[in-house]
Amino acid sequence: MVESNESSPRRRSLWRWLNTLGPLFGLVLVTGLFALSEELRPIFFTGSNAKLILTQTVIVAIGALGMTMVIVSGGIDLSAGSVVALTSVVAASLLVKSVPPALVFLLTVASGALIGFINGSVISLLRMMPFIVTLGMMGIARGSAKWLGNNQTVNPEENALNRIMEPVNPLELFPLPMGVWIAVGLAVAMTVVMRCTVFGRYIFAIGSNEDTARLCGIPVQRQKVLIYTLAGMFFGIAGLMQYSRLTQGDPTVAIGLELEIIAAVVIGGASLNGGSGSILGTIIGALIMAVLKSGSSQMNWPTYMQEIIIGIVIILAVALDRLRQSRLKA
Amino acid sequence: MTDVTKAFGATRALKGVSFEVAPGEVHTLIGENGAGKSTLMKVLSGAYQADSGQMEIDGRPFQPRGPLDARDSGIAMIYQELNLAPDLSVEENILLGEEPRKWGLIQRSVRRSMAEQALEQLDHVGVGLKTLVYQLSIAEQQLVEIARALIRQPRVLIMDEPTSSLTQVDVDRLFRVIERLKAQGVSIVYISHFLEECQRICDRFTVLRDGASVGTGDMKSTPLDDIIHMMVGREMKEIYPDLDHTPGEPVLELESLAGRKKPRSVSLTLRKGEIFGVAGLVGAGRTETLRACFGLDQVQGGVVRVAGKEHTHGSPRDRLRQGVGLLSENRKEEGLLLNQSIANNLTITRFDPFVRLGLLSQGKQLEVARDWIDKLGVRAAGPQQAIGELSGGNQQKVAIGRLLHHDAAVLLFDEPTRGIDVGSKAHIYRLVGELAAQGKAILFVSSYLPELLGVCDTIGVMCRGVMQEVRPKSEWSEHEILSVAVGQEE
Repeated sequence: MVESNESSPRRRSLWRWLNTLGPLFGLVLVTGLFALSEELRPIFFTGSNAKLILTQTVIVAIGALGMTMVIVSGGIDLSAGSVVALTSVVAASLLVKSVPPALVFLLTVASGALIGFINGSVISLLRMMPFIVTLGMMGIARGSAKWLGNNQTVNPEENALNRIMEPVNPLELFPLPMGVWIAVGLAVAMTVVMRCTVFGRYIFAIGSNEDTARLCGIPVQRQKVLIYTLAGMFFGIAGLMQYSRLTQGDPTVAIGLELEIIAAVVIGGASLNGGSGSILGTIIGALIMAVLKSGSSQMNWPTYMQEIIIGIVIILAVALDRLRQSRLKA
Repeated sequence: MTDVTKAFGATRALKGVSFEVAPGEVHTLIGENGAGKSTLMKVLSGAYQADSGQMEIDGRPFQPRGPLDARDSGIAMIYQELNLAPDLSVEENILLGEEPRKWGLIQRSVRRSMAEQALEQLDHVGVGLKTLVYQLSIAEQQLVEIARALIRQPRVLIMDEPTSSLTQVDVDRLFRVIERLKAQGVSIVYISHFLEECQRICDRFTVLRDGASVGTGDMKSTPLDDIIHMMVGREMKEIYPDLDHTPGEPVLELESLAGRKKPRSVSLTLRKGEIFGVAGLVGAGRTETLRACFGLDQVQGGVVRVAGKEHTHGSPRDRLRQGVGLLSENRKEEGLLLNQSIANNLTITRFDPFVRLGLLSQGKQLEVARDWIDKLGVRAAGPQQAIGELSGGNQQKVAIGRLLHHDAAVLLFDEPTRGIDVGSKAHIYRLVGELAAQGKAILFVSSYLPELLGVCDTIGVMCRGVMQEVRPKSEWSEHEILSVAVGQEE
């Protein structure tokens, strides 16, 4: 009896570790597979390629930080891609009107937050399904972006925001663009929020069982508004990165990005039923997808192959997760 | 079955169980939670395969390879949690998976008559065949489930805790059904925690303890004390504690409290250090009273006073701040965060002792959780174990522990002993007594009269959403409570 009491928590924590390590293992595996190719190896493992992959991950990763919160709480946000496009146009339009870049930064993030706030309020006040509300918002935000940009791209003058995603020295790994560091900083902050704050623990509680959360005195509806607002903020920041990458506001950019973001979160081990997921997993999930994309384009595989491969990876990741879960239960 | 064993890894869940059931006999399996009843049932119904031992039906060897196989051999199972499709009609549910077909199409008229026949066999033609199952009461749903089992004309019907969510009247109805089935020669294996009930309906019993059958005998001629002795392997003279506690000033007062549908009018005064029992049939509005009182359902009328101050409307969050805590009757669906750790479940309503500068210290949280686990005698691997992995009794202890960690002064307990074994029940009764002695006020809703009479100081009886009568425990008898509950006023 004593023995089993000693060993079973250890075994359980081992499994928990494997749970976190699973996505990491996937990342190593995917990278390793590309390393098998003789012709790819010399270009794939260079500082410049790593820089490219990291830079390309930034937008999905920042969006995925917000999405992780939403998904862990048992919700979903389909408007992410449209909000990224809209906020990129918002940033560009403000810059065209020569608003100072720092203020543009704040206003862009605030506009993302506003949309998230609307999502969250409708979901909690009218008790509607997040899927439906954010599906509607997906259209509204995309339309607004086109309206705001007059159906065209918005091209501001050279300014400080353009440099966030600029690869200063494309041939070397360092210095990394500021956007990468912003993403890293946000990821660290979110890890702390999710794991070590009451707000974060409540997100898990709500996703685990909303009725219980309510019974335990958690202000579920208010919390949901906050979650979607905060997620909207992250999409706003991702929108800024999107702007900086193209140095223009494009209302037709980031179509389908929400699915990539959701895929990153899910590959990272979060359950769409809510109640589980981690920031580290999500970031690794985003990296896996970026490595896959970059690798397959350098292998000169056609884009349809990339799409098929990423589709398979999503299904595989969740299937493996299922297996791990059932092992945990037994 | 003879000498059946089953092991999961190193754990031997069954270490040699033998029993036999005669045709037309009602045989009860008794044992504490964890004694191996569920495993045994799963072996019988084909969900698990036995490692060794023999099973026979009508003298022929029986080795089910799966649930379907067991069903074909004449074993039917009614689980504690009903397995019906709520959005389908009664008729569709009864013949689910057994639809009479011709050319690939369902023969509706044949299905109707088959369903009708099955219900007739139960003497319950009253349930509408077209009614959707979610519109039925729990008792009616159970009948549908039994009817579904009868379609197969089983030799043995296994019923797992069939009365756990039924009222006295529905229990009586169920027993009449069981008598009928018995008369038709169906053998029934009856699993229940309610020994008094087993005594009424069962012919013989087998006691399981730690995965082995430890005794069998004639139900009617064996004194309950002897059976309890076999179950726990020790004397259990005092299930109900006798702790000194004297009610003090009122801490929770309800005045003609009314909710949306139920309750319609409930008035009561709960005092410090008092255990106030609420009796009534299922549907009398007891749970709804607690929910309205706790702010989970809307209050439409009346007054709620907490500690002398009027706080009629309030969310669960407000109530918890005012020191009122609720233990849900629905542990799995509402009471607990099943995939979260014991520590999180224990402390979620009050994290602030562990928060410094906005950050939560997990070390402190685990320390406090470990403390409660020890104090409440929860059997668990550690505070980080997911609560869904614990047994019902241990889950309940954690759920109560949450209210204690919150340090609520008023405790609303809704069916606190539902679905847990006798040992854990005794533990919870003692805990309730101790809490009252510490000055907590406890509103205790239960469908089980002996426990109300055993634990409470005052008992109020509800009928159709109205609190009919409140008296000190000593002025009630089981019979009187029942007659008020069914609305028979003298």
